[in-house]
Amino acid sequence: MSTELFQRMAQSIIDGDSDVSVALARQVIEAGIDPLEAITLGFVMGVNQVGEAFAKGDAFLPELVMAGEAMKAAVSTLEPEMQKRGLQRTMLGKVVLATVEGDIHEIGKSLVGTMLSASGFQVYDMGVDVPTAKIIAKAKEVDADIVGLSALLTTTMVKQKEVIEELDKQGLRKKIKVMVGGAPVTRDWVQKIEADGYSEDAIGAVGVAKQLVSAA
Amino acid sequence: MSKIIKSITNPKLRLEILTPVEVKRIHEATLHIIENVGIRFPSQKALEIWEAHGASVDRNKMIVRARPELIEAAIKTCPPIYPLSARDPAQDLMLDGNHVYVGTDGCGVEVLDIQSGQRRTSCWQDVADIARLADATEEVAFHWVPVSAQDKPPETRGLHEIKAIWENSTKHVQTESIYNAREAGAAIEMAAAIVGGRDKLRQRPVLSLMQCSAPPLGHDGGSLEAALLAAEFGIPTGFMTMAACLTTSPASVAGTLAVGNAEVIAATALLQLAFPGAPVFYAAAQTASDLRSGAYTGGGPEDFLFGAATNVLSDFYNIPLSMGSFATGAKEPNWQAGIENSLSTFMASIVMSDMLLGVGFLHGSRIWSYAEMMMDCEIFSIIHKMMQGIVVDDESLALDTIAAVGPGGNFLSQKHTLKHMRDMFLPQFMDRRPYNEWEARKDEARDWALDKARKILATHQPDPLDPKLSAELAKIIAASSR
Repeated sequence: MSTELFQRMAQSIIDGDSDVSVALARQVIEAGIDPLEAITLGFVMGVNQVGEAFAKGDAFLPELVMAGEAMKAAVSTLEPEMQKRGLQRTMLGKVVLATVEGDIHEIGKSLVGTMLSASGFQVYDMGVDVPTAKIIAKAKEVDADIVGLSALLTTTMVKQKEVIEELDKQGLRKKIKVMVGGAPVTRDWVQKIEADGYSEDAIGAVGVAKQLVSAA
Repeated sequence: MSKIIKSITNPKLRLEILTPVEVKRIHEATLHIIENVGIRFPSQKALEIWEAHGASVDRNKMIVRARPELIEAAIKTCPPIYPLSARDPAQDLMLDGNHVYVGTDGCGVEVLDIQSGQRRTSCWQDVADIARLADATEEVAFHWVPVSAQDKPPETRGLHEIKAIWENSTKHVQTESIYNAREAGAAIEMAAAIVGGRDKLRQRPVLSLMQCSAPPLGHDGGSLEAALLAAEFGIPTGFMTMAACLTTSPASVAGTLAVGNAEVIAATALLQLAFPGAPVFYAAAQTASDLRSGAYTGGGPEDFLFGAATNVLSDFYNIPLSMGSFATGAKEPNWQAGIENSLSTFMASIVMSDMLLGVGFLHGSRIWSYAEMMMDCEIFSIIHKMMQGIVVDDESLALDTIAAVGPGGNFLSQKHTLKHMRDMFLPQFMDRRPYNEWEARKDEARDWALDKARKILATHQPDPLDPKLSAELAKIIAASSR
């Protein structure tokens, strides 16, 4: 019976159906099934399948995003039960994402957030036009492993440098790694500001993030 | 050097890409979006103007919903025809729907160095050099700020950039890298200095501004305020949508046209409500996001369709269009660059888009390539020639000459041939040599194009800007950052 349920959980993720994944998550709680098992043997199986299909070129971005959202919805439904039981998911790391101050461009950052979340990172997306001080405060508050900064304009890109310098000043750089991204960001710029990682697209960002947390 | 600007005019080719019924449907869909879904205007000034004219304004979310009557009435006050003026009046451009003008593309962040070929971060000198090259190139009618002057402070970078262009060229300058009111004000002062006063500037706008929207259905606050200031002083201004299928707009082309149209028309209406009759243009560079990465692609059949469809929309509103074309995603001047830049430019040209942006980039408008610029200009020349179509008259049917040659023989030494041979296209960069000649050298278009660029830059002297004017521009820049 459990196997059939786990299969349906996986399928709800493959189908990108948040309504079904949430309903199944509720069933898990009602049936007294271990929520962590449900995640790893049920929902995550679906995430992995979509991920593999995506890597092969059989599935596209919207399917990945919808799978990620269905996963998120299921996990957040199971959160209270996990807390009750004192269980915790092993996440790969905590990432604070933000588009820097003065910049309102979002899509790239949102895609990175989705990819990281689907890959097992705990993501805190602060949105756009976020002042440096707020980014750093959030990173400290959640005990972030990585701060990801997005900018689409060369004139706002300089804020990426500002965040890094501020983290340096506060002695936080050993603990918190900084990834940067956005159309005007180049290898030259990344080296100049001594960022820890960079990817030109959201897919690459996952690999970079994994490297950064494993090297820590 | 000749000051001639090559533009497509009096076209003999036509393309029907959208029927009048389809255009109307897109227009109605646009009005529906503006009225019911709303557009974000994150600027107190803009919200006040909307409120004053009876639009419904959600101050918290900064979202405006406006009724069709308000939008349509506002758009009616847009001037259908106006000039883009140049330091040299002989290079003035008329946005009259009967010219296709090409500009340099912008705003990139890296340059393939003209001497070493190395990829490096862009700087102010690049802006100056590219402007000087474009000054000498007849296919380029006007400038965009081509690359970011990243060695200049962010607060005045946009001003340093337009100064560099005015110092190196007499052609019209349009900037897409000034997106706040403070810099826009200083830029307007600089333009006024160039023509000799604010009043003269209205008659002869030597500067125009372009602002990007924030798809879907949004705008940037600084951009709105820069645009409002420009409109106030008669500086031609336009909003560009870069709505992208899959990510910032629906996966369908029509849905993307509707989203982009809503962004542009709403913002254009705002400018008209504030300053009726202000010269404005529609700008667009829609694309289809890559299915795997969500990346901006800058090429593909959807892009080519947008290239033609958008001018049908701007014609419906009776305002000039600035259309994204060229701008290949290729990393080198190769097969992909050839396809993307040819098809996109052909589609945008055949419907007579007024301004095409633009020549010179690789990797989705990020890396400046001097070779690509020259090759893009040749693509435009080819399309320019195609757009002249086929003339069928007594002279071109050449019956007398055909009779004179008769069956067999050839036409090489006929007077008619001599008279008309220079009408035929002579490419600069196409390889038509015998195979063994190519085999001996294995050189090709990109080598010759780079060579041409180098030669021009080594020799071309633009009409200099009066050093007193230069000094005045520098003063305005210095004052603006205080």
